[in-house]
Amino acid sequence: MIVDSSSPAPAKKSLLLSSEADLQRTQTPYVTGTSVIAIKYKDGILIAADMGGSYGSTLRYKNVERIRPVGKHSLIGASGEISDFQEILRYLDELILNDSMWDDGNSLGPKEVHNYLTRVMYNRRNKFNPLWNSLILGGVKNGQKYLGTVNMIGVHYEDNHVATGFGNHLARPILREEWNENLTFEEGVKLLEKCMRVLLYRDRSAVNKLQIAKITDEGFTISQPYSLKTQWKFKAFENPTVGAEGSW
Amino acid sequence: MSSIGTGYDLSVTTFSPDGRVFQIEYAAKAVDNSGTVVGIKCKDGVVLGVEKLIASKMMLPGSNRRIHAVHRHSGMAVAGLAADGRQIVARAKSEATNYESVYGEQIPVKELADRVASYVHLCTLYWWLRPFGCGVILGGYDRDGPQLYMVEPSGVSHRYFGTSIGKGRQAAKTEIEKLKLSEMTCRQGVIEVAKIIYGVHDEAKDKAFELEMSWVCDESNRQHQKVPDDLLEEAKAAAKAALEEMDAD
Repeated sequence: MIVDSSSPAPAKKSLLLSSEADLQRTQTPYVTGTSVIAIKYKDGILIAADMGGSYGSTLRYKNVERIRPVGKHSLIGASGEISDFQEILRYLDELILNDSMWDDGNSLGPKEVHNYLTRVMYNRRNKFNPLWNSLILGGVKNGQKYLGTVNMIGVHYEDNHVATGFGNHLARPILREEWNENLTFEEGVKLLEKCMRVLLYRDRSAVNKLQIAKITDEGFTISQPYSLKTQWKFKAFENPTVGAEGSW
Repeated sequence: MSSIGTGYDLSVTTFSPDGRVFQIEYAAKAVDNSGTVVGIKCKDGVVLGVEKLIASKMMLPGSNRRIHAVHRHSGMAVAGLAADGRQIVARAKSEATNYESVYGEQIPVKELADRVASYVHLCTLYWWLRPFGCGVILGGYDRDGPQLYMVEPSGVSHRYFGTSIGKGRQAAKTEIEKLKLSEMTCRQGVIEVAKIIYGVHDEAKDKAFELEMSWVCDESNRQHQKVPDDLLEEAKAAAKAALEEMDAD
């Protein structure tokens, strides 16, 4: 193809600007979930997340399950765009189904599922069409605990405690101080509830209805939704308008 | 039974003067020469069993799977050309996942059998395709309970209480008809299927064989899976004992 070197700009429209590529642009999220926090404890992994689905600044949906089982050995917790999380659950369902149909005594463990998710997230990001989520993948297989995270740009890592969104700023400092590898189930739940309470006070998209999930070699349980007790009777909150009549 | 279809048997799109399509009948012969495959529907599920004739002593036991999961709730046992069987299983898996992604529920076994049968039949309609040289026994468990279907190379499919294909199918059918399937649980059915397969195995013509069995039943949580090892061993032992009893007569 001979290019006319005298013309000031290429006559053909670049593919990046064509309407076909418009179908693959970075989106904006609509219904989002806020932080998820997770820790390794003595017998396995504990994950906590509230049940809120925010529509912008409106706390629109209050029964969104953001922690789900994946196969026999893992749990996934998601923050970010809920519809993208539902799509990820479909991909995982297909992955687990095809794995189970081999019927060969093997099943995908948390490390493998985490790696699969990382590939999916990173490849979508490279096409400028990300799944707008931050995911936490935790599980136990053959006694080995695994806890990892991956986000919409494909950044992934494992640690003894991980969080998404605001949890990184508010919960992880608490976890860095107070986590140890011999936490019992009760100690782990107390620690997570402490972090979730801070998030409830300070994160405007948090709702007071949470679930805590645990996974061990024996299997998983996801708790029924419950609320944390909060304390608002501080002296500074009493008679707030005493110094400025007419204000609220 | 065999008649020479000279001239009328070269293409699957040619009828013979007496209304037969010989290519399809020849395809069925490929199935008849394979190891026996048995399927029965018990009161709480379906049991499938395959007499895997071992081609070489070098093969690892447990290899060469003849029973494949099609979805969580159904499985398929294949007799005849193994490579053709792979195609059918792949197609069935794809139909099952497609149905689930469109309708949001697991494919009913009847619908799955219909789709597999249509696919097999498709390959008997064009001269540039050849019929599948394999028959398939499909067992599944859906809202309407456990069901058993069989699809032949011609593309016909029927629903059965019990059926068999392959070398020993006549003898196997006779044995199945003696069973009281509606009163049997799958646990008992596994033992019976093992006895039947050991019974119809022809020691003179074929040397060694490996028994492969799977089930979908209440006990397996309505999921298709290989029969658990301990039950499989129990079934094999019972089958061998039954054989010895017969020989002792």
